Amino acid sequence: MISDSIKELLIIAIGSALVSNVVLSQFYGLCPFLGVSKQLKTASGMGAAVIFVITLASFVSSLVYRFLLQRFHIEYLKTIVFILVIAALVQFVELVLKKKIPVLYKSLGVFLPLITTNCAVLGTALTNVQEEYGVLFSTVNGFATACGFALSICILAGIREKMQYNNIPKAFQGIPIVLVTAGLMAIAFCGFSGLL
Amino acid sequence: MSEMNTSKKNSNVVAPLINGLLKENPTFVLMLGMCPTLAVTTSAINGMGMGLTTAAVLTMSNIIISLLRNIIPDKVRIPAFIVIIASFVTIVGQFLQAYLPALNDSLGMFIPLIVVNCIILGRAEAFASKNNPIASAFDGLGMGLGFTIALTIIGTIREMIGAHKVFGISFADIATIVHAPASVSEWLSAQSPIAIFVMAPGAFFVLACLTAMQNCIKNRKLAKGEKTKIQSGCGQDCLECSDTGCAHRFYDQDGKDCAIGKKEENND
Repeated sequence: MISDSIKELLIIAIGSALVSNVVLSQFYGLCPFLGVSKQLKTASGMGAAVIFVITLASFVSSLVYRFLLQRFHIEYLKTIVFILVIAALVQFVELVLKKKIPVLYKSLGVFLPLITTNCAVLGTALTNVQEEYGVLFSTVNGFATACGFALSICILAGIREKMQYNNIPKAFQGIPIVLVTAGLMAIAFCGFSGLL
Repeated sequence: MSEMNTSKKNSNVVAPLINGLLKENPTFVLMLGMCPTLAVTTSAINGMGMGLTTAAVLTMSNIIISLLRNIIPDKVRIPAFIVIIASFVTIVGQFLQAYLPALNDSLGMFIPLIVVNCIILGRAEAFASKNNPIASAFDGLGMGLGFTIALTIIGTIREMIGAHKVFGISFADIATIVHAPASVSEWLSAQSPIAIFVMAPGAFFVLACLTAMQNCIKNRKLAKGEKTKIQSGCGQDCLECSDTGCAHRFYDQDGKDCAIGKKEENND
């Protein structure tokens, strides 16, 4: 019984981290993916911040959905409620980190405001509702999704660091070559679809 | 006299419409709202549906925000805008679920995600919060239709290469419709499409080519010595804003426009 649910959790985790990767096949959170991937260091910071926020947001939003929206039969308000919960949560987390754990705030703080309305956060919360995951499953799914994001943004940043020394056609410099790279990465990630 | 007035009014109303369609096209020029642009353009119909849905939300939220622009306190305007936008997204989502379930299914998660589309909050902040309702409505309509056209073009390209179809009609059928020789339609149906273009990677490649074209135009203008600065909603130049993305537009820490951009200026 327990091993069954662990197995199910693992399948969900691998599925949302690799097979249907949040950026490369779902297209959530493209802004930071293209914007904050110039250097590996900032990209990994962004990845960590996203893992932190999405996991927390998935947990809180599924709590709100189960015990507030479902209870009073106002599920149709989920978009409005989730966006407000996420925005408030990120602000709150920022304040707490600033006060209590300044070390963590120093490394993640810059990225937190960027994440507030990143569509990956809202997208994950809504996916959890759509798939009818419970609180535990939602949290695990959120964590795995965010790990997939961190993985792909770090890979892209690594490639972009190497690409600086390449001779790129003038028209393709900047965003276009990054998009081509992302497209090639998306092809590579298509390979994972055989995993499950 | 009255004729002059109406013509003047018309030009005032038409200017934001044209602006959104061509000069500041949200997708091709401002590069806003990339997530839905890539995700839903697997076919021309989907792109068009997404564009029109966004246009409807944008127009309505622009009108309401413009009407409330003097009532909403400056410090809480971003959350207030988000609530207004989210309400309209919910309304439009319910409407689609009831009357256009097929479109609703194919757009899926990207309907609620219109809330976090940069275009809508960007226009609320840049235009609707400073202008009268009529001009705001036309600005929303222009931007929305510009977005629709862009998504339809990208969707058509992807559908043509990836599935050999235009608006859901296959090339072979089109050949039959226009009474082309049978050999032509036979030849067309024998070709296999490059399926990767309707899958995720294709979206990146099509957009890469479109932005490369945009770069080309920009470079040519720069060589001629023309300025190509495009002012976005936050007052920064969109083309040079690649490091921050449009996420800043949502988050207004100090109650200033585009907090980070302004801060940098002050530090200098």
